[in-house]
Amino acid sequence: MAWFRRSKENIAPATAKKEMPDGMWTKCDKCDEIIHKMELEQHMYTCPKCDRHFRIGSKEYFKILFDDGTFKEYDHKMRSVDPLKFKDTKRYRERIPDAIKKTGLYDAVRWGTGKMNERNVVIACMDFAFIGGSMGSVVGEKIGRAIDRGWKTKTPVIIVSSSGGARMMEGAYSLMQMAKTSAKLARLGDAGIPFISILTDPTTGGVTASYSMLGDVNLAEPGALIGFAGPRVIKQTIGKDLPPGFQRSEFLLEHGFVDMIVHRKEMKGTVSTLLSLMTQ
Amino acid sequence: MAKVTLEFEKPIFELEQKVEEMRKYADNPDIAQEIEKIEKRVNQLQRSIFSGLTRWQKVQLARHPERPYTLDYINLMTTDFLELHGDRTFKDDKAIVAGFAKLDGHRVMMIGHQKGRDTKSNLYRNFGMPNPEGYRKALRLMKLAEKFKKPVITLLDTPGAFPGLEAEERGQAEAIARNLYEMSHLKVPIIVVIIGEGASGGALGIGVGDRILMLEYSWYSVISPESCSSILWRSWDYKEQAAEALQLTAPDLKKQGIIDEIVPEPLGGAQRDHAKAAAILKGQLLAELKHLSKIKIDKLIEKRIEKFSKMGEFSG
Repeated sequence: MAWFRRSKENIAPATAKKEMPDGMWTKCDKCDEIIHKMELEQHMYTCPKCDRHFRIGSKEYFKILFDDGTFKEYDHKMRSVDPLKFKDTKRYRERIPDAIKKTGLYDAVRWGTGKMNERNVVIACMDFAFIGGSMGSVVGEKIGRAIDRGWKTKTPVIIVSSSGGARMMEGAYSLMQMAKTSAKLARLGDAGIPFISILTDPTTGGVTASYSMLGDVNLAEPGALIGFAGPRVIKQTIGKDLPPGFQRSEFLLEHGFVDMIVHRKEMKGTVSTLLSLMTQ
Repeated sequence: MAKVTLEFEKPIFELEQKVEEMRKYADNPDIAQEIEKIEKRVNQLQRSIFSGLTRWQKVQLARHPERPYTLDYINLMTTDFLELHGDRTFKDDKAIVAGFAKLDGHRVMMIGHQKGRDTKSNLYRNFGMPNPEGYRKALRLMKLAEKFKKPVITLLDTPGAFPGLEAEERGQAEAIARNLYEMSHLKVPIIVVIIGEGASGGALGIGVGDRILMLEYSWYSVISPESCSSILWRSWDYKEQAAEALQLTAPDLKKQGIIDEIVPEPLGGAQRDHAKAAAILKGQLLAELKHLSKIKIDKLIEKRIEKFSKMGEFSG
């Protein structure tokens, strides 16, 4: 029994404060710096003090990469149809509208065309907020269409990844999206059109094991978790703690699986320079 | 007779044991007649049990420790098999075996996951869970097949790609992704057969091809029922529900348009008659090879990419 009864509501848990970008202030979960919303936007959602890269979605990323007013989105309302009538503790048929309501998105990827420093590009960007950025039929199809657009119009393709992996609720359909997207990339590659993969926090599972790792150039944001198996699973398998920095961008750079680590503020410039060096 | 019995097979084995005992007295015409009667009953029982298997029971059959594995099929179906080793970069992964062989008149590249049968061989084979060098060995040998214009046949049977620390260091994700990419436009026909367990990216890593076949009692999905249970139900106890929800059996995948053909198994499962299982598969492979060899390679690759492009269900 407590000695005093709290008459008001509980003090809000600390995590609620960190949520962004709803409130005016955000606390950096790495260095505890308190950052104003305006300042955070100015710094492209990275911590001005410690360079921590916060998770952002397609809306923010499109704004960072495309020249103002040039972005045209396709297949915006494509959505899942629950092909397996999947049910675990909740029906997938209910999960989808819930996720749509919560995020204002229709699935975990958006794609469109536009200009990047006056160069035509196709960009697809994933949204981790939508069911953990998981890849089902819709993600595979939209990524595939983005690649096909690049192929048909001879335009470089850029994919920004953030995903927990394949979406379990679509079973083997989800698995096949790995093959589908990779097959389309093979065709794009055979036509000599560049594909730049940008890996952000976190990129794991079936997404890493397909298009994310297949860039002609793979770029990663600093400190992003990137891997095939999740850290928890690996820890269980080997029965030991994982070394610090394991599966982070810097670890992948060291082991030869990403070409460069690029700060979000430098991303647009770096990709533009790369494309200018790779194409005529 | 098989030594390992699954729960739902028990009534069949009990009758079979009875027959076995009665055979000692088979000189007696009455008993001989009785044996015949019981054998008929065994057959009926087997048919009725196996026509009503749940998805989880099929998963158990796919994992049956006496089921034929890749090397069994290779030995039973082909001649002149020469196993080739190593990825030329790091080491030889024992969880994937590969090499040239003759399948009747066809010279082919055989590649497959390899499980072990006991603790010792399972440790040697890492339980059929490849590391990146396994996928890279497979790719090296597919390229070799391409160079000499030989069709590739892959046999899928893995509980998954190995989720280890060193596998991550050496780029498990990249190795699988690279295979998907390269198999998509490999300039020789590829036939894929799921012979046992087709667990996620670890299986798909050698699973892109022109024709996808699946043995009657094998499974193929994005995740194993156990892992699915642990993630979505937060408990290991819902594997049967997870198997149902994932719809991971051969008829399910045929319906979903993900596989092309179901390869029938001997009554009671492939583990009961390796030779017969291999003969059925071989017949199917020969028919597929004959058909694929007639298609021009550019057309074949175009169709292969189209095939995977069509997979998926969505609206809008």
